Amino acid sequence: MDTAALKERILGLVPEATLVENKQFLTFVIPAAKMHDLALKLKYEADLAFDYLFCQSGVDMVKTLQVVYHLESTTLIHQLELKVETADRENPVFDTVCDIWMTAEFHEREIFDLMGIRFNNHPDLRRLFLDEEWKGYPLRKDYVDEVNIVEL
Amino acid sequence: MKEVINLPVKNIEEEEYHINMGPQHPSTHGVLRLVVSLQGEIVKSLKPHCGYIHRGIEKMCEKDTYPQIIHLTDRMDYLSAHINNHAVCLLVEKALEVEVPERVKYIRTIVDELNRIASHQLWWCSFGMDMGGLTCFFYGLRDREKILDIFEESFGSRLLHSYYTPGGLMMDIHPDFQKNVKVFIKYFRKKIKDYDDLLSGNVIMQLRTKGVGVISKEDAISFGMTGPTGRGSGFSCDVRKHHPYGVYEKVQFNEIVRTEGDTLARYLNRMDEMRESMNIIEQLIDNIPAGDYTAKMKAVIKLPAGEYFQRVESARGELGVYVVSDGNKTPFRMKFRTPSFSNLSTLDYVSRGCKIADLVAIGASMDYVIPDIDR
Repeated sequence: MDTAALKERILGLVPEATLVENKQFLTFVIPAAKMHDLALKLKYEADLAFDYLFCQSGVDMVKTLQVVYHLESTTLIHQLELKVETADRENPVFDTVCDIWMTAEFHEREIFDLMGIRFNNHPDLRRLFLDEEWKGYPLRKDYVDEVNIVEL
Repeated sequence: MKEVINLPVKNIEEEEYHINMGPQHPSTHGVLRLVVSLQGEIVKSLKPHCGYIHRGIEKMCEKDTYPQIIHLTDRMDYLSAHINNHAVCLLVEKALEVEVPERVKYIRTIVDELNRIASHQLWWCSFGMDMGGLTCFFYGLRDREKILDIFEESFGSRLLHSYYTPGGLMMDIHPDFQKNVKVFIKYFRKKIKDYDDLLSGNVIMQLRTKGVGVISKEDAISFGMTGPTGRGSGFSCDVRKHHPYGVYEKVQFNEIVRTEGDTLARYLNRMDEMRESMNIIEQLIDNIPAGDYTAKMKAVIKLPAGEYFQRVESARGELGVYVVSDGNKTPFRMKFRTPSFSNLSTLDYVSRGCKIADLVAIGASMDYVIPDIDR
């Protein structure tokens, strides 16, 4: 599916989606509550068939916390980038997509570990790299750790 | 006569118990700890514990300039250091819309493929050793040494090169580079036959790998299993074919895909990839165009505000670099999607129901590099 058709298709599925300017991929910000439903449709509807989640990242935009999904269809060869965001820095929660793309299980654990974003219905949401006792989330912009940090 | 104490005998066939593989274990190829749940000899489930050498490269990148970041990427997947460098260089060049000279593209492609061969040779060493054949280790390292010598002569270092810079190369290739590469390929074409005679055709090796650790194509895609590992399950995921960079568009090469999805398929994929890499190098080595070895770049590199993504095919699979830039000389956020990380997430799923000895073979066929998981 070409970019213009894909854009219409996504806006048809989620009218609240907002388009973000991006030279490389077609990018949308999706309301967090709609993300899981959209993800199911993206994977299982035959004309979309996004079966490969090739990157999932957490980004701290200072005002908001984002999770960015990079998707590709291995059969139809088209790509899409989706973002969900929240302004709640104390208790950011999104729905998991690891029941749809299994690679998300580890990626979401990493995002939880380093960015402090929780995922509903995740089967095993523990810290992945750091100790369970570690305080704070190192990839956040406001993270300060006098003990462990090395200033260059 | 001593009195014999009879302890109550537990039925270990029925009881589930846990053992730790690693963090110091030769078959985990680094400091990875696997907590394996066993019933008798059968693996019931497996939990990887990562983070023993997590250095926070993504956080460090937020304080470094782009030319500095290249040195950090070497330290992720140190066996395909050149290819990691390539990803960051391509990303910067794409963001700044810099056209690099043809000569640079040719040299980068050749060096990437040499690096891929060297990486697969070391994988073959350790695969053989994990299966109990120590000879493989000596054969593999002996031949890898020849590539490292070429690297040392041209780039001044053997493992962590940082040879690529945004816009080009650190320096031009050594005058003997082309001659030495051709000598190496002639040499290695003979030696790779020994590899097959020694291990690929070995009956014990085949019995231990055929039909072991099978993963279907759908699951491989869902887990994001890429590289020779994913292509063993029939997932056509070669970035060099699907999203070409360098001069991969100009060369003839086959994407190696097998559909069995077992350990042997992953093994044979890597053996064929070494041959395919030699084919690519042979097509390019005599045709390196003359010209500059770097494009003109500004002293301070600032990416325009926005976000960028670059994918390359490292020796282990798809390496993705995602950058959010706010227009400064350092990235606002940098994320590496590393192949070993995604491949590790499959290990629990693949090894369930296998024997613990098979787990070693499966792990070897996935070819993890632990700093690539931990970053």
